[in-house]
Amino acid sequence: MTPTLETPMESLKANEPAWLAQRRAAGLEQFKSLPMPTARDEAWRFASVGKLEIDDYNPAEAPAEATLDALSERSNLVTERAGRMVYVDDVPADFECIHHELTEKGVIYLPIAEAIEQHPELLERYFLKESTELGSKKFFGLHAASAKAGSLLYVPRGVEIDAPFVNYYWTSGSRSAVFPHTLIIAEENTKVSVVDVLFSETDQNEALNVSVSNIHAGPNAHVFRKVVQDWNHRTVSFQLDTTVAERDAQVKNVAVNIGASRARYESQTRIDGPGADVKMYSLTVAEENQEFDQRTHQTHNAPNSVSDLLYKNALLSNARTIFSGLIQVAEGAQGTDAYQTNRNLLLDPTAEANALPGLEILANDVRCSHGATTGNVDEAELFYMMQRGIPRRVALQLMVFGFFEEVIDKIDSDELADNLRKLIHRKFDSRLKSF
Amino acid sequence: MNTLEVRNLTVSIEGETILKNFSLTIPKGEVHALMGPNGTGKSTLAKVMAGHEDYTVESGEVLLEGVNVLGKEPDEIAHAGLFLAFQYPLEIPGVSIANFIRAARAARLPEGEAINAVEFYKELYEKMDALKMDRKFTARSLNEGFSGGEKKRCEILQMSMLEPRLCVMDETDSGLDIDALKIVSDGVNLMRGPDRSFLVITHYQRLLDYIVPDVVHVMYDGQIIRSGDAELAKELESKGYDWIKEAHEAATAGV
Repeated sequence: MTPTLETPMESLKANEPAWLAQRRAAGLEQFKSLPMPTARDEAWRFASVGKLEIDDYNPAEAPAEATLDALSERSNLVTERAGRMVYVDDVPADFECIHHELTEKGVIYLPIAEAIEQHPELLERYFLKESTELGSKKFFGLHAASAKAGSLLYVPRGVEIDAPFVNYYWTSGSRSAVFPHTLIIAEENTKVSVVDVLFSETDQNEALNVSVSNIHAGPNAHVFRKVVQDWNHRTVSFQLDTTVAERDAQVKNVAVNIGASRARYESQTRIDGPGADVKMYSLTVAEENQEFDQRTHQTHNAPNSVSDLLYKNALLSNARTIFSGLIQVAEGAQGTDAYQTNRNLLLDPTAEANALPGLEILANDVRCSHGATTGNVDEAELFYMMQRGIPRRVALQLMVFGFFEEVIDKIDSDELADNLRKLIHRKFDSRLKSF
Repeated sequence: MNTLEVRNLTVSIEGETILKNFSLTIPKGEVHALMGPNGTGKSTLAKVMAGHEDYTVESGEVLLEGVNVLGKEPDEIAHAGLFLAFQYPLEIPGVSIANFIRAARAARLPEGEAINAVEFYKELYEKMDALKMDRKFTARSLNEGFSGGEKKRCEILQMSMLEPRLCVMDETDSGLDIDALKIVSDGVNLMRGPDRSFLVITHYQRLLDYIVPDVVHVMYDGQIIRSGDAELAKELESKGYDWIKEAHEAATAGV
């Protein structure tokens, strides 16, 4: 392990409040003391832990001004937005302040470093408080020790915002390590949406990402978060996401996973209030030796709540995916409705999809179901489409798009949905030519 | 030139011979009905002509406007002018009817040419109206959750949008009530013309009241055992297939 990753930067230590310094130190300790995962760990079953190497990455150096400008320019997945933040290698590149009307209502949208200075009490309460229970505690520790880039979004009681806040996290330098953090705090009776975008500057720049996102959805808060991960194939990525939902909160998470050589995605939902409804959707396009490792928790601690998970993966040559999901229903959580579905479409015989669905139910009046299916391309469907004159390659493309449409449909923004279709299209176009 | 000439076609699947030295000629502009009991090879013929790869062609030729299509990919055969209306149309989740037909049309254009979206939708809506299909269907996933009748109408819609020279309709009447049968038949009759031929595969005579064929063939045990005009279908309807089976068996036994 290189000392550079283990040594928190002086700049972080300098002006930070004591509580944060403590959290950082504890995180670093956690990172150092916890062992690297092994294939024997249940939380890492089927993962190629041997290939997990995080050595030789450095806290990123500041990119050139021209790079910051160029990448801000390319941060254009969503035009209608309430605010935008762009980071390159964890360095702020651009920040579009929110409209003063929102500021007057008490909405806070700030880079995390400024938020620490300006709203220490809020950050003390929420920042770096939700770790992961899904296996990557060690890496969460590294994130806690190092996170300086990211966004705080605070929506006070009763405020509804239609347009999304969009955070872009780019990597640019050589073997840089980035630690983006998205913190969303939605108070009672609010409505808000956020898009996180994870992009690489080029096809070549190697990077390590350990990002964390925390959603705190207060009573009857409506939170919609989308995350688009399209790193280049030289990136090792950990995304450690948590959602905490209080009474009657409605939260929708949509994850789009396209890039990285290895992408570990941990997504845990904890329902702490009755009547909450949390959706977890994901689509993954896996190709060439990519490994997507997805671990999820749906934890119901309160009665009469709903959670619904749908993860769809399409796999091309030599790609691997792992889906491991657990629904946990606590003793008093009667009237829970919890669903979990994982669908894998194998487009090549060398692809491998692993599924580990699970239930742990301590209440007796619940409706829970889980299911995982893995299937090949349906030859009968292919014949039908080709009989209409559609070439095999185009037919496959239509089928894969159709497979994903169920998730894309949830995006709720025509522009973003179209942009995502283009990203997926681009990835498939080159690959499907070989069919 | 004949639209279709099937010459001495013998086809097997998993070692079992289904089509036995089968021959059939459909001249340009004619509608031929292919009737017969279940399991005599009618659907196999349709699939083999369309390029389905599960079947083994032992011998013979399928000439579409003079060109042998056996061994070609299904999309190439479609481009050569054959359309197969499926007995059981497949459901394709997430692919809308409009996008599907557009992709099929785009595949027929020379490289670099694009479809005019406005004209495309105008034509699509007109044809849907004629088939009494709700315009909202264009955005629905192809055949997903459709009733039997909706699926068959959707097949005829595709057929009329793709303008094939040979329409092979495999049991299009199965699963249709009488109203849907009339609508589908009207759609087919509108497409009849001097440059287009039809092979209407059916088990029942009922469809042929609406789509009146020029020639009726009766198929049994992988071969055509009798051909005649539209009256033959009516005769079959009243006497049943056993009549013709027995006649055939008596004739072959006597050889």
